[in-house]
Amino acid sequence: MSFLDLKNVTKIYPNGTKAVHETSLSVDEGEFMVFVGPSGCGKSTLLRMVAGLEDITEGDINLDGQLINEVDPSERDVAMVFQNYALYPHMNVYNNLAYGLKNRGIDKETIEQKVNDAAKLLQISDFLQRKPSMLSGGQRQRVAMGRAIVRNPKIFLFDEPLSNLDAKLRIQMRLEIKKLQQKVGVTSIFVTHDQVEAMTLADRLAVINNGIIEQLGTPIEIYNNPESLFVAGFIGSPQMNFLDANLNNKTLSAENFEIKNIDSDYNGEVTLGIRPEHLIESENGLINLKVELVEQLGSDNLVYGQIKNIKDFCYRSPGNQTIKRGDTLSLNIEENKYYIFDKSTGKRVN
Amino acid sequence: MKIKPLQIVAHIILIIGVLLMVLPIWISFASSTHENVSILTEGMRFTLGDQFSRNYNEVLNEKGGWSEEVTAAKMFVNSFIMALGIATLKVAISAMSAYALVYYRFKLAVPIFWLIFITLLVPLEVRIFPSYKIVSDLGLTNSYTGLILPLVASATATFFFRQFYKTIPDELLESAKLDGANAWSFFIDFLVPLSKTMIAAMFIFMFVYGYSQYLWPLIMTTAEEYWTVVMGMKIIYTESYEGVALPRTAERFAYIILSMIPPVLVVVFLQKWFIKGLIQTEK
Repeated sequence: MSFLDLKNVTKIYPNGTKAVHETSLSVDEGEFMVFVGPSGCGKSTLLRMVAGLEDITEGDINLDGQLINEVDPSERDVAMVFQNYALYPHMNVYNNLAYGLKNRGIDKETIEQKVNDAAKLLQISDFLQRKPSMLSGGQRQRVAMGRAIVRNPKIFLFDEPLSNLDAKLRIQMRLEIKKLQQKVGVTSIFVTHDQVEAMTLADRLAVINNGIIEQLGTPIEIYNNPESLFVAGFIGSPQMNFLDANLNNKTLSAENFEIKNIDSDYNGEVTLGIRPEHLIESENGLINLKVELVEQLGSDNLVYGQIKNIKDFCYRSPGNQTIKRGDTLSLNIEENKYYIFDKSTGKRVN
Repeated sequence: MKIKPLQIVAHIILIIGVLLMVLPIWISFASSTHENVSILTEGMRFTLGDQFSRNYNEVLNEKGGWSEEVTAAKMFVNSFIMALGIATLKVAISAMSAYALVYYRFKLAVPIFWLIFITLLVPLEVRIFPSYKIVSDLGLTNSYTGLILPLVASATATFFFRQFYKTIPDELLESAKLDGANAWSFFIDFLVPLSKTMIAAMFIFMFVYGYSQYLWPLIMTTAEEYWTVVMGMKIIYTESYEGVALPRTAERFAYIILSMIPPVLVVVFLQKWFIKGLIQTEK
């Protein structure tokens, strides 16, 4: 049995909403697991069930070999960082960090030492006497993390902790969280709706949609091999391009091109997915893209255009190229870098 | 700086308001320092007289009442104990009941809240006979407990605390739970310090409410040693009207001035928090 084990966990709210469907998942000790999905997909509910803040309707959760379904949150030895940090507004930073330790009946000297160690690690030693209202967003974030670290819990739970920060700080804190987790080595679950955050932080990633884990794997596995239309569309930025197509006898016919010798026995209507970064310019390419808009990012250009009736088709070109509105580009797909999904079920078929 | 005419008008209105508030108190105070004779012959006074120490000394230490056993000083102590008891218990009970109503999500929480709220329509004066019956059956007439106990429940304060607790984000409770706080420590470590301005404001209201109670102590107490200031104002010098003695107007004014001091002190000491509690929340 692994460190954290969810077995057929289901959450049904009193009003009948089913937030999480029979989800099973294990997290190894020291692993950084990320739950990613659109808002309302049940990822936070799942996290809160691990924390003990939501009752479990069905199923079992085991933490460190102990069934914790009925264990009170205060007894679970888990620490959580909330979206709005939930710092204690009337206590200074020192007491914010020390509160959990005091409740555990730890003696004063040990508390002081632990708080100071955590503060040093997070570089908040200078603010220990301040109230949370006197801190900036990034500092509050650190205090929230410090409050989790100082208790040395079995597991860290992060509930979208970066979504209140501005873009630059978010990237910086993302890095810091990852570094910190590697340094401290505590098992962590991180919930986010931001797929870049998810990709960069995770050892393993669970893509959740409508209360179901759609796919579980390392970020690169999921990026390279999305198993469903949802995962393909959700992971990757800019988003994967989708085209309607037909698959018959291993030949895929889209609106104005064909791909032969496809490794699939499926016949019928499908959706073809191509990532913008998997296209290359070539003479007599499969796809003719009429350029409508170019976003220059410096390192890359994001080219949006039209193929016959399909709008906003995206192609990522190297940044040194000059492409203008009105140009027509001839594009090929990198070898085997396309994904075919059953149009009705959304399941991958190639 | 140029002063605009509108400002002058505004200031005149404000000054009139201040005078309306202050003048009656000043006249009472000034009159309390004169001899009875001069007030009787020349009316109320705007200037200070020379009888300050005599009048106040007499008021505080003279034994009054029907059996001439109680002094005004004793009545001040009684009123203070009563008001303090009422205010403290009202605040404590309301804060705790609001805590239960907001954080324990049982089905009856809302109906119970409205039930509590409805009691605003039934002040003590309306239920004075049943209240008296209960207190007297319990043998609590002529005791501080009897003076305080029937007045300690407060719908108003419960309502204010409830509204305040509802604005505290749920994450705070959740975070505290994960930090190992139980129901009691969440109340003591979080809700009480977060609502301390509210507590101060409520304490002032309730202190003044308790201090100015008239009907209940009047009915409740037959022994003079439990008389309160507000009762005494009516009773303590009545006997002086009989016979040939002059009405003791100056002493009455002195008594009134003295009776204002305890509530004023409470307001002065708590006003910083009181104002904060009314205009902002520390979150």
